[in-house]
Amino acid sequence: MSLPFLLEIGTEEIPDWMIPSALENLRLLFEKLQIPHESVTLDATPRRLVLRADGLPARQADSEERVMGPAKSAPAQAVAGFARKHGVQPEDLTVEATPKGEYYSLVKKVAGRATRDILAEALPSLIIQIYFPKTMYWTGKGGPRFIRPIRWIVALLGEEIVPFELAGVRSGALTSGHRRLGAREIAVTTADYEQRLRDHYVILSAEERRKRISTELQGVRVKPDPALLETLVYITEYPTPITGSFDTQFLALPAEVLVTVMRHHQKYFSVEDADGNLAPQFVAVMNIPSDPEGFVRDGNERVLLARFNDARFFWETDQKKKLAGRVADLKNVTFQKDVGSYHDKLERMAGIARRLGGNADAERAVALCKCDLTTELVKEFTELQGVVGGLYARVQGEPEPVWTAIYDHYKPESMEDSIPRNLGGQIVSLSDKLDTLTSCFRVGLIPTGSRDPYGLRRAAQGVVRILVEGRIEIPLHDFLDSNQALLDFFADRVRFYFKDVRGFKYDEVNAAMAAGWSNLVDLEARLQRVQSLRFTPDFEPLAASFKRIRNILDQAKWVRTSAQGIDPTLLDAGPEQELYHEYKSIAGQPIEAVISKLRPKVDLFFDKVLVNAPDARVRQNRLTLLDTLLSEFSNIADFSEIVTNS
Amino acid sequence: MLSFQEIIFNLKQYWAERGCIIQEPYDIEVGAGTMVAETFLRVLGPKPYRVAYVQPSRRPADGRYGDNPNRLYKHSQLQVILKPSPEDVIEQYLGSLEAIGIDLRKHDIKLEEDNWEAPTLGAWGIGWQVMLDGLEISQFTYFQQCGGIDLDLVPAELTYGLERITAFLQVKDSVYDIDWTKDFTYGDVRYNDELQYSVYNFELADIPTLWKLFDTHEGEASRLLKLYNPKSPEKKRFPLLPTYDQVLKCSNLFNTLDSRGAISVTERQAVIQRVRKLAVAVANAWVDQQQEVVQ
Repeated sequence: MSLPFLLEIGTEEIPDWMIPSALENLRLLFEKLQIPHESVTLDATPRRLVLRADGLPARQADSEERVMGPAKSAPAQAVAGFARKHGVQPEDLTVEATPKGEYYSLVKKVAGRATRDILAEALPSLIIQIYFPKTMYWTGKGGPRFIRPIRWIVALLGEEIVPFELAGVRSGALTSGHRRLGAREIAVTTADYEQRLRDHYVILSAEERRKRISTELQGVRVKPDPALLETLVYITEYPTPITGSFDTQFLALPAEVLVTVMRHHQKYFSVEDADGNLAPQFVAVMNIPSDPEGFVRDGNERVLLARFNDARFFWETDQKKKLAGRVADLKNVTFQKDVGSYHDKLERMAGIARRLGGNADAERAVALCKCDLTTELVKEFTELQGVVGGLYARVQGEPEPVWTAIYDHYKPESMEDSIPRNLGGQIVSLSDKLDTLTSCFRVGLIPTGSRDPYGLRRAAQGVVRILVEGRIEIPLHDFLDSNQALLDFFADRVRFYFKDVRGFKYDEVNAAMAAGWSNLVDLEARLQRVQSLRFTPDFEPLAASFKRIRNILDQAKWVRTSAQGIDPTLLDAGPEQELYHEYKSIAGQPIEAVISKLRPKVDLFFDKVLVNAPDARVRQNRLTLLDTLLSEFSNIADFSEIVTNS
Repeated sequence: MLSFQEIIFNLKQYWAERGCIIQEPYDIEVGAGTMVAETFLRVLGPKPYRVAYVQPSRRPADGRYGDNPNRLYKHSQLQVILKPSPEDVIEQYLGSLEAIGIDLRKHDIKLEEDNWEAPTLGAWGIGWQVMLDGLEISQFTYFQQCGGIDLDLVPAELTYGLERITAFLQVKDSVYDIDWTKDFTYGDVRYNDELQYSVYNFELADIPTLWKLFDTHEGEASRLLKLYNPKSPEKKRFPLLPTYDQVLKCSNLFNTLDSRGAISVTERQAVIQRVRKLAVAVANAWVDQQQEVVQ
C-alpha cells in the first residue's frame, strides 16, 4: 500500500529571504531518511514550511537476519538456552560451517518497521536541523532553536497522524489559516490540505502567489524588479497589488532617491510613464484580497508622503554645505580603526589614482567622492552612498566627468551590476577598491571562509572586472603592495572570474596565468588564443609534448642560465637537427601560424632521439634545445598545464 | 474617533486584563522603554513578570525644533513585557490593535524581519517591525540576551509608537495636529518642549559641562559597583537600582553630546563601550543579587 505524506511546520513569520533555501534544505533532510517515495513537493508561506510526498510504503520490507549461536560442541544446556532466548526449539536451529568450526545458527525474520514509526522518530530532529542563518530560542534557556517559534505541526501519513512532540508542540491534523481572515484551527487531510488553506485565505503555492501579483500588475507600467517580487511572494499568504499615487511636486527630487524610498523602505514597485520616466505612482502588495474602502491605499499614500517629505528635507539641508566644504569633516569619519579615517583614505586614493593615470577630473572626483558620507540623505539612505555624492556634485556645478565618476564609484556592486560608465569613474572605483584591499590586508583583515565583513572579495572581483571589461592595461601586481597574501587572494579572484564567469576551462586559465597575469587585458587576449587553439588538431598532442618536455627538464633538475646556447655542432643529423631548423625558421612567429609545422617535428624528435644521451655535453645541449623551444611558446601560456587525453 | 489619551487608556486596559502590572513612566531620562529597569533588569533571571507602561523616550538627535511633522525629540512608547512570552503572543498583540479600533480585516498588516539590538545595553533579540498599511507601528522582539546574559525565560517585548499610531487613526499628517483630548492638540501640549529642547541640544548645551557630568555619573556608578560583594550576607540591601540610575544618566548625556556634534565617529564606539561596561556590570550583579549567598 502506498501512502501520501504531509508535513507542515507552522511558525511565526519567517524572514522571506531565508525561505527558499530552507525548503531546499528540508528536501535534502527528507531524502536522507531513505524512505521510498514517488515524488516530493515543497511549498512555503511566511508562516509554514510544507513538504508533501507521494507513494510512501506503510512499512519497510521484512528482512532476515542470521544469528550465530554456540559451537556445535557446546553443552546441550547452552544450545537450549540460545534457542529459548530466540523463542524457538533446539531442533529448529541449523548447523553452519564457519572457518572457526561448526556453529549453531538461526535465521530470524525481522518485520519491517512501520513508516509512521520511523517518521515519528526522525521528524523532530529533522525539523530542528533545517539550516537558517540566524536562529533563536523561545521555550527558555537551553530549549530548541529555530528561525522563529514553531506554533503547530501537521504530520500525516495517509489518514493517520505521525505522532511526535517538538518544543512543546504536538503534531496533529490541524493547520492554521490567514492571521485575520482565516480560522486559527482547521482540520485537514492530505487530500484537502491545499484547498482548505485556500478557503482560509492562504495560497500555498509560491508560484501561484507570484502569478497573482504579476497578473494584476499588467495594467500598470511597473519597473521590473524580480528581487522585490520574490520578497513580496514570501512575506504574504494572500497577496494583492494596489496602485497608489503621490504628488507630482516630488518628481523634482532625483528619481534615485524616490525609487530607493519606495523600494527599500516601503517595498513598493515604482511606475514609469510611456517615455520611461518615473511616474507619480506606486504599486504596493497587501496581504489581504481587497481594499474596497481604500483604507490600505490611503494609509500607504500617507506614509509615502511623510517619507518623501523627509527625503526632501534632507536634500535641501544638505545643499547648505557643498561637498568641497565637507572634506575636512571626513577626518572624523572612521574608515576602519586600524586604518584611519576617510580623510586618510582619500589621500591614499589620490596617490593610486595618479599612478593609474587619472587626469584632473579623476583627481577632483577622488577628492569629493566620500563627502556624501557626512550628508543627512546618506545617513538616512546608506544604500545611496556614491549616488547621492554624484547627484550633489551635479547640482553644485561639477563637470559631467567628475559627477558621473563620483556617482559610479561603488560599482560594480555585484556580478550582475555594470562597471562605471567611463574611465574617470573606473579610475576612482579602482583607487577606492585597491586602497581598501591593500589597507585591510596590511593590518591583517583578511577574509576567512564565509567571513568577509569588509566585502574584500567583492572589491577584488570589482577590480578584476573593471580592468578586463574597461580594457585598462596596468600592471596590477604593482598595486598590491608586494603583499603575497593579497597576490594569492587576487589570483583566486582572477581564476574565478575567467573560469566561472567567463566560462574558460580551468586548465586554460592555469596555463595562461602561469605565463603571467599582472596585465589582465593581456591575460584575456592570451586566454582567447588558447581557447581557439584548443580546437585545432595539433594542439593537444603538442601540449602533451610540452608537458613531457617540462617533466624531462624537471627530472634533470634543469636550471636555465642565460649563458647557455644551443651548439648546432652537437646536434645529431635527422630529427634533432630538423627540429632545430624548424625552431630557427619559426621563432618569433605566433604559435597559431606554426603549430601545424612544429608538431610533427616534435613528435619525430621524441620518437627517435634519446634525450638522456650518455655524453654529458650532448645531453646538456638537448635539454637546452627543449628548454628554448618551451620558452619560445610559453609567453602566451604554459601549455604543459593543459590537461590532455593522451 | 479615539483621542491620544484614549488610545493609551485602551491599550493599558487591554494589557491589564491580560495580567500586566500597569506602571507609570520612569522618572529618569531614557532613550527607549527598554532601558527602564522594569524591562532591563526584570527580564533577567527565572521569575515570570508582566508589565506595561508608557515611557517618554528622548532622542536628542531626532529633535526638529517642532518643525517636522513626523520627528520628535521626545516621543511616547508603550512598552509591554510578557515574560515568558505566551504561545499566542502575536494574536494577543493583534487583539490590542483591534482594541484601539483598527479593523484588521480591512487593513494590511505585515511582520517584517527586524532584529533589535542595543549595543549600550549588551542586549539583543529576534523579531519584526510591524507594518500597518506600510507604516511601522510597533517593534516586536523576543529577547535573547540582556546585559550580555542569556535569558532564562524568553520575554516578548512589544513597543508601540503611540504618536504614529494615533496620527494614523486620526488621519493627521502632522503629529502636532493629533487630538490629545477633544480640546487640546498634541502641539498645544508638546510644541514648547520640542522647540526648547532642540535649541538646548543642538545649540546651547555646554559641551565641557556635559562631559563633566558624564564623568561624574560614570564615576559614581563604578564606585558603587566596586562595593558590591556577592559573598556579603547583606547583599540584598545593596543599592543596585540607584547604581543603574547613574548608568541611565550617562546614556542620556551621551545622546545629548552626540546631538551636539561633540562626539566624533571615531570616539563614538569608545563611549558606547564605557556605558555598556557599566550596564553589563549592573546586570550581572543584579542576577547575582536575586540568588542566595553561596557560602
